[in-house]
Amino acid sequence: TCEAEAARAAMGGSASLLPRETLGEYQELTFLSKQEILLAYKRFSELLPKEERENACSARVPKSQILTLPELRANPFQHRICRVFSTSDDRDDSMSFEDFLDMLSVFSDSATSDIKSYYAFRIFDFDDDGTLDRKDLEKLVNCLTGQGEESRLSNREMEQLIQNILEESDIDKDGTINLAEFQHIVSRSPDFASSFKIVL
Amino acid sequence: EVFLPEETRSAAPVDFLQELPSYQSALRRRAAAGGTQERRTAPRGSEGLRAAEARGPEQEGGELAARPARELPVSMAEKRRRRDCQQADIKYLSGWKQWKRASSKSLKKVLNEVKELLSYLELWRHDIHSIEGKFGTGIQSYFSFLRFLVLLNFIIFILMFSVVTLPSIISKYGIFNSSFAKIPPKNIEPHCTVYKPSGNKGLVYFYTYLKDLFSGTGFLKETSLFYGYYTIDTAWLSILRYNLPLAYLLATFAYLGLSLLWIIKRSVEGFKRNLVRDEDQFQSYCNKVFAGWDFCITDPNAARLKHRSLQYELQTDLEEERLKQKIAGRTMKEKLRIYSLRILINIIVFAVLSGCFYSIYRATVFSQENSNVSIRHDIRTDSVNLLLQYLPSMVITLANFIAPQIFSFLIRFEDYSPAFEIRLTLMRCVFVRLANIGVLLFSLWSQISYCATDECKACGYNYELYPCWESAVGQEMYKLMIFDFIIILAVTLFVDFPRKFLVTHCSCKPVQWCGLQEFGIPDNVLEIVYGQTICWIGTFFSPLLPAIATIKYFIIFYIKKISLIHTCKPAARPIRASSSNFFFLVVLLIGLVLAFIPLGISIAHIPSSKACGPFRSFNTSWAVVPDTILGFPTGLQQVLHGIASEAFAVPFFMVTCLIMFYFIALAGAHKRVVEQLREQLVMESRDKQFLIRKITEAQRS
Repeated sequence: TCEAEAARAAMGGSASLLPRETLGEYQELTFLSKQEILLAYKRFSELLPKEERENACSARVPKSQILTLPELRANPFQHRICRVFSTSDDRDDSMSFEDFLDMLSVFSDSATSDIKSYYAFRIFDFDDDGTLDRKDLEKLVNCLTGQGEESRLSNREMEQLIQNILEESDIDKDGTINLAEFQHIVSRSPDFASSFKIVL
Repeated sequence: EVFLPEETRSAAPVDFLQELPSYQSALRRRAAAGGTQERRTAPRGSEGLRAAEARGPEQEGGELAARPARELPVSMAEKRRRRDCQQADIKYLSGWKQWKRASSKSLKKVLNEVKELLSYLELWRHDIHSIEGKFGTGIQSYFSFLRFLVLLNFIIFILMFSVVTLPSIISKYGIFNSSFAKIPPKNIEPHCTVYKPSGNKGLVYFYTYLKDLFSGTGFLKETSLFYGYYTIDTAWLSILRYNLPLAYLLATFAYLGLSLLWIIKRSVEGFKRNLVRDEDQFQSYCNKVFAGWDFCITDPNAARLKHRSLQYELQTDLEEERLKQKIAGRTMKEKLRIYSLRILINIIVFAVLSGCFYSIYRATVFSQENSNVSIRHDIRTDSVNLLLQYLPSMVITLANFIAPQIFSFLIRFEDYSPAFEIRLTLMRCVFVRLANIGVLLFSLWSQISYCATDECKACGYNYELYPCWESAVGQEMYKLMIFDFIIILAVTLFVDFPRKFLVTHCSCKPVQWCGLQEFGIPDNVLEIVYGQTICWIGTFFSPLLPAIATIKYFIIFYIKKISLIHTCKPAARPIRASSSNFFFLVVLLIGLVLAFIPLGISIAHIPSSKACGPFRSFNTSWAVVPDTILGFPTGLQQVLHGIASEAFAVPFFMVTCLIMFYFIALAGAHKRVVEQLREQLVMESRDKQFLIRKITEAQRS
């Protein structure tokens, strides 16, 4: 694993680059190319304080640091992204290097639309209950239009919009969108693949 | 609390829901794909039960998890575990299967390496990526389109150069023991073949060369840039006989066909999506909400603008929907008024178009009569002459500028929905731009084919003024292209940058109200499609024109990029990436089809000039093909004649129509089936809820 290799590298005093075996493993387990993984490693270790950069593989970066990345800084879904991809046991949304790679893999160009729609569903599910209900959709639209008071839609417009969305995507008419319905409606959406993309 | 997500509204706990067959199979599928990670997404109370369920079906899910580890939506640690499981399973497979897996794995690795290497060769990868980050995918698609055109023109240039120009140059200079032959044409009046291109004689001023460069006359006329250079009937490269006329014609068809195929290939994706979506014209709400945010945006300013534009877009669409309901409730009197108004406005549009076409016609005729292109006069030293030569280009540019403004003013009175307004204005602008080129060519031809004397009629074209008429047409196309490039450069330098300077430094009201330039994607796209149509038409008359087009678009990329970054604000009404790509390619396709028409007429209808060019010995340029076919063996000739005859064409057409109708009917039937299945699903869900309610009541009592 990455931790074992990094420990060996640290003991041997070699430079803080990814060892080749780990690189190959990450190429196999993610959709990223070799260059992209190395670039991700470089950007990730820049987020760490100097003394921790040797064990970049096993360190966890707190959420506040992750949110300074330009790719996430301007993103209205930044908190949800950290929550969804973080495997931290303390639920503090800190990310390890492997979480970071997971995130980049899902957002990369070559990821399958299946996996993108699955994670999009998780990100949009603000209350984590496995479905998108009216409250989730309302929060989603507010994220899209901006955080100020004057940038929100009026109540009537919000109602009309949510009504339209549910009409288009809720197949079994239970008032919520489950994963299967979401994946179905997104598969027919032409812009999803090109907008659900982050490239470092 | 119920943990089945679909049944959140059922109040009482219903344990038997877990026993439903649909729930069991969904769980099994999720376990095979997700494993223990599913624990985190379920609500807290049901954790233990779910974990037990998840662990249970896992053993059966083994053969379902044949997907590669990276396609599983789980964390890295879980993926690693699954991959090790898969590899452990492999040991139980036979030797043949092991070898197959190993070889497919290494093949995938090699393909990945090759793809990575190829991505380095991609032109402007970094520039386009940074534009995407700052301005979103809509504007990025414009720059990708520009890159596509650069590549297309480069390939066309390579094609024409290697098939036409290179053999001509080789044979003219006698390299590799080659030679060429000019067979004097038979059955042609001798006066048609007289051609003395008036080159630069004696001492000339330097600026004459500059003027020649801009107008394509003088020293430029005899170079390989224009059709007149290729006055070779056959070339011998060592011992191979090279039929240059046939090669010239086939290269023309090849570059047209190549462009058509490449554009269709690129647009197939967008076209499929447009067919599938049978919702209203613009995208559905789901697309706007779920795929609304561009995750590529890195700049906080751009993010703020994106928020605002999304808000604006959603509000406009909701308003449009309310407007549609209002329109549906219109009375008969109102409808009559609107329709008569629309007819009137369409008549005005038609009048504007006729005005444009007539002014282009007059300008071209005037320019041809008074400039020295037609060797009527021999004085070539005033710049008035240069201005006259560029008169058609100037009139066309003026028309291309004024007409769209008029159209966008008029369309407000027609009371269409905003989406349809944009589309209709765009279509009218496309038509104006592309038809203007057609009118220019038509007026040139009317000049060229104007025949008063008998001698002239014997040649078929005006041999006195245009002994080499194809070169004359080539010169006009060359001038159009140069002028187009100059205009783009001039507008950026003398309009965009001063405007930005004014807006930043002058704070008076009218200037601030005018504001910065918006990067209008439709206008920019029409500009470059117009240039590309000129290139397509002109390449037959001027084989090196694609090289000029490549360089021109290469420079335009940088000009537009600088203009965008420094002087533009993003558009208030954004165009989405998917519909943009499709729209660009549709407009390009329209340009290509419109380019077929003048080329077809030139090649097949107008007699080729007898004084220059590779088609001297033929009636028209097309005549070289029947001529070559006559040289084929008789069997092949009969087959080809059969294919070209009506006996084949009519049944072929009928069969194609039948197949098309069949597929249309099939698509309609599929749509109906999908609708029925949707209704059935809704019914089933309602039945299920009804039954659950009944059972709960029965349980309670």
